[in-house]
Formats: sequence, structure tokens, C-alpha cells
Amino acid sequence: MKTTFSAEDRKGWMSLLASASEVRLTELWRDCGADPDCVFLRAPEVGGIMVRGRMGGSGAPFNLGEMTVTRCALSLEDGTVGHGCVQGRSKAKAEIAAKVDALMQTDAAASLRVAVLAPLAAERQAQKDARAAKAAATKVEFFTMVRGED
Amino acid sequence: MYVAVKGGERAIENAHTWLAEERRGDKEVSELSIAQIREQLSLAVNRVMAEGSLFDPDLAALAIKQARGDLIEAIFLIRAYRTTLPRFGCSQPVETGEMSCDRRISATFKDAPGGQVLGPTFDYTHRLLDFKLAAEGDVAEAPVAETRTQATPHITGFLQGEGIIEQEPASNAVPGDLTREPMSFPAGRAVRLQSLTRGDEGFLLGMAYSTQRGYARNHAFVGELRIGTVPVEMEIPELGFAIEIGEVELTECETVNQFKGSKTVPPQFTRGYGLVFGQSERKSIAMALVDRALRWEELGEDNSGAPAQDEEFVLSHADNIQATGFLEHIKLPHYVDFQSELELVRKLRREAAELAETLAAKEAAE
Repeated sequence: MKTTFSAEDRKGWMSLLASASEVRLTELWRDCGADPDCVFLRAPEVGGIMVRGRMGGSGAPFNLGEMTVTRCALSLEDGTVGHGCVQGRSKAKAEIAAKVDALMQTDAAASLRVAVLAPLAAERQAQKDARAAKAAATKVEFFTMVRGED
Repeated sequence: MYVAVKGGERAIENAHTWLAEERRGDKEVSELSIAQIREQLSLAVNRVMAEGSLFDPDLAALAIKQARGDLIEAIFLIRAYRTTLPRFGCSQPVETGEMSCDRRISATFKDAPGGQVLGPTFDYTHRLLDFKLAAEGDVAEAPVAETRTQATPHITGFLQGEGIIEQEPASNAVPGDLTREPMSFPAGRAVRLQSLTRGDEGFLLGMAYSTQRGYARNHAFVGELRIGTVPVEMEIPELGFAIEIGEVELTECETVNQFKGSKTVPPQFTRGYGLVFGQSERKSIAMALVDRALRWEELGEDNSGAPAQDEEFVLSHADNIQATGFLEHIKLPHYVDFQSELELVRKLRREAAELAETLAAKEAAE
């Protein structure tokens, strides 16, 4: 059965799945116990995308270089279509991402959110925070020597 | 006469087997894993990704292992692999202003908003060998401090407010791609930047250094140098919206350079730009200096004839895979070429000898 969700919502979970670590995603997926029957609309396929930057950080675009990406599309028995589009070369990860994307559009969404997405999001944030905290500790605190005669 | 030469197969096969054995080295020493290379030789991995022009740390680590640490050979492997990948599309331009910065410094403004964040830098180390690293041991955990939640703004943004630095004209023009169309000159700044960011670090360093020593004078300040990760967004055609397809680590350098102005533009600062995959600080500064030197024409400056101002020269020689391919091919069999040269030189020598003989005979007769 399908549930309603916004494009913004879907963008959020797809983005989270895209940069998740393969090992962690596989673990969470296995533990959540979902294993829907599905057929591939596009078997997992490894490719690249061209990453662009902007001149001066804000000007016209230029091609910076490529990164590896794996994509996959599948449909559940009820016809719900899931897309996996993930960083790196793991076909297994792309397949899990597509299955999660499909199930997130069904009434399995709530349980998947708890079992897979929430831990991924929390761990990602924790990782980011840890790096930011280490960076903050290397911030230079200038102090000025007063040597005026006034 | 052309003679086809065959028969090297067994020698080649045996050479490659020996290569594999030498790559492994002493079996008493434990073998390197890809994860070890990725985690502990990360700056080498970064260089291979930048010059291989493919962001994938595991692949770069594998290439380094296979190449026995020869980074140009590793870059070659990555470039070759890259050509086998179908291109799914292009990302939206990454927003470096929203970078999660590990490092961010400015040589021009002490009190830059966001602060001077040193990050995991070699700067201020004494460059003394640390023999403690020769023994295995635990490392101390890095200290932490309270973080700011705001994004770190670009330094040039502040100067732009005053109009004292040139504006980067906003545009969404589709940039040329040198992996799709062969480079032609003038290449334009987009293709120039693509060529520089995948160019050889050593070559760019030399070129940039030459500008500092006076070949194309453009005194540069590092307005800002930042290292960190940015999300990469790409539109998924089937969905009709963009998702974050992953994250890349980048080093960005913006230089602030002198400019005396022209008939139409008042004196203002100009900019050079460097953006490189991974933590590649030296390369991004070099890229920014060379980018600025190559902009002489659009800024109405004199061409002093310096190598770093010559787009054709810089871009045609920056690629270490092109360079090494052409350079190293001369060690491969050129038996037939050389045979014809040999015939030619022998013939010329014969003619010269005959001429000398004739002259000597003539002289004797006289």
C-alpha cells in the first residue's frame, strides 16, 4: 500500500542512503528484516558523474572531475518503483538503497525510518560533529599585546 | 625491408610475474591492505584522485598498491579505468561556501569571520623525522572544542561588498569538457581550470613558482584556503529532482592579486582560483597562481612572454599521463625506425668519405 510523502522527504532519504557506508547500510538492512520481492527495472550499474565547480566559488561552472556512482531501479510486487543512486561502486549498496526507497513509499515507511534511516542520519551527524569539534580546537585565538603609550 | 618481430611473449609474461613478486616484497613483512593505504597514505590517495580525475578513494588506493607506489603509474591506471565508466550525468556546481571545513585560513584577514582554523596541517611542524613513528603505538586523540553552526563565508565575499575586487560573473553556461572534445586554443577559462585541476602537481608547482620569481609578475595573496567536504547534488531524470549523490573532499584556494585598472575598470584586486579533489593544498595554491597568470589577456595586461602566460604551453604540458606516455614510448622497440636512420647515416658517411677521397685525389693530381 502506498503512503504519501513529499519530494523533499524522498530527497532526504535518498541523499542519506547515497553517502551511507556500505557496511553499515548492509548491517542495518539485514537487521530490519525486510526483504521484499522485487524485479529490476535497471540492474545495478556502475558509472561516473562529472562533478562541477564554479570559478572563484561563485562564478561560471567548470568541470572538476568525475566520481563513481552506482545506480539501480526496481519495482515491488505492488508496482512501487524504488531508485538507488549511491556514491561508489557497490552494486549491493545500490540495490539496498533502491529497496529502501521503494519501501519508504509504502506503509513499511515508519518502521524503516526507525530501523535504517534514523541510525544512519544520527551516525552521519555524529561523524560531522566530531570533525567539526576537532577543527574548532585548531582555531587560532589571537590576543593582542597592548603597547600603546596612552 | 620490414621484418615483423615476434617472440617476446614468454619474456613479457615472466617479467610480469616477477613484477608481481617484487610488488609484494619480502613475504616476512605483512602485506598492505587497500584500507591501510586509503587511511594512512591519504595524501597520496588524494593526489591520485585529483590527477586521475576520479573521486574514489578505494580505487585510488588499489591503484597505488598495484603501481608499487609510483603515483603517475597509479594515475594512469585510474585514467584508464575512468574511460570504461558510462557517464550518468553531471552534478550541479558544488557550493564551496557551504563546505564543512576541516581547515580554513586567510593570509589577508586576521579576523576573518569564521576564524583561522588550522586543521590537520604540516605547517608549523619542525620537519624533524619523528622516530616514534618507526615503532607502533597509539596516537593521542585530537582535542575538541565547541563548534559553530553557521557556514563559513568566503573571504572574497567581504571584498566584493566594497567593490574592491573583481566580480565573478554569475553564469550557468555549460562548460567545455576536455574528456569529451579535444582541447583547442584559446581554451577558455572553464577548460583551463579543468586542465589545471587534473594537471601534474609538480609541473603546476614549477609554473606557479616561476610567476612568483618574476616570469609573469602577479603578486598573489592567499585570500583564502579551505579544505573540507561538500555534498554533490545531481538531478535524477527519472525523479525530476536533485539528490545528494555523495560527498567529496575538496581543497579550494582563492588568491587576491594586484591590478592597476584599465580605461574602463578602476584599480581593483583580481582573482586566481584553485579547486582540487582531496586535501591538496600545494596543488590548489599553484593552480590559483597559474590560473591568474593565464588571465592576462582578459584583464588587458601585457604578455611578458613568460611561460606561465602561454596557455598553449601550460595546458599542453600539464597532463602527466600524456607527457609520460609520449616520453616513455621512446623506450619501446623502434628497431625499424632506427634501422632506417642507421642506413641513412651510413650512406651519408659513405658519401662524405667518397667526397673527401675525390678532393684528395684532385689535390694530388694538381
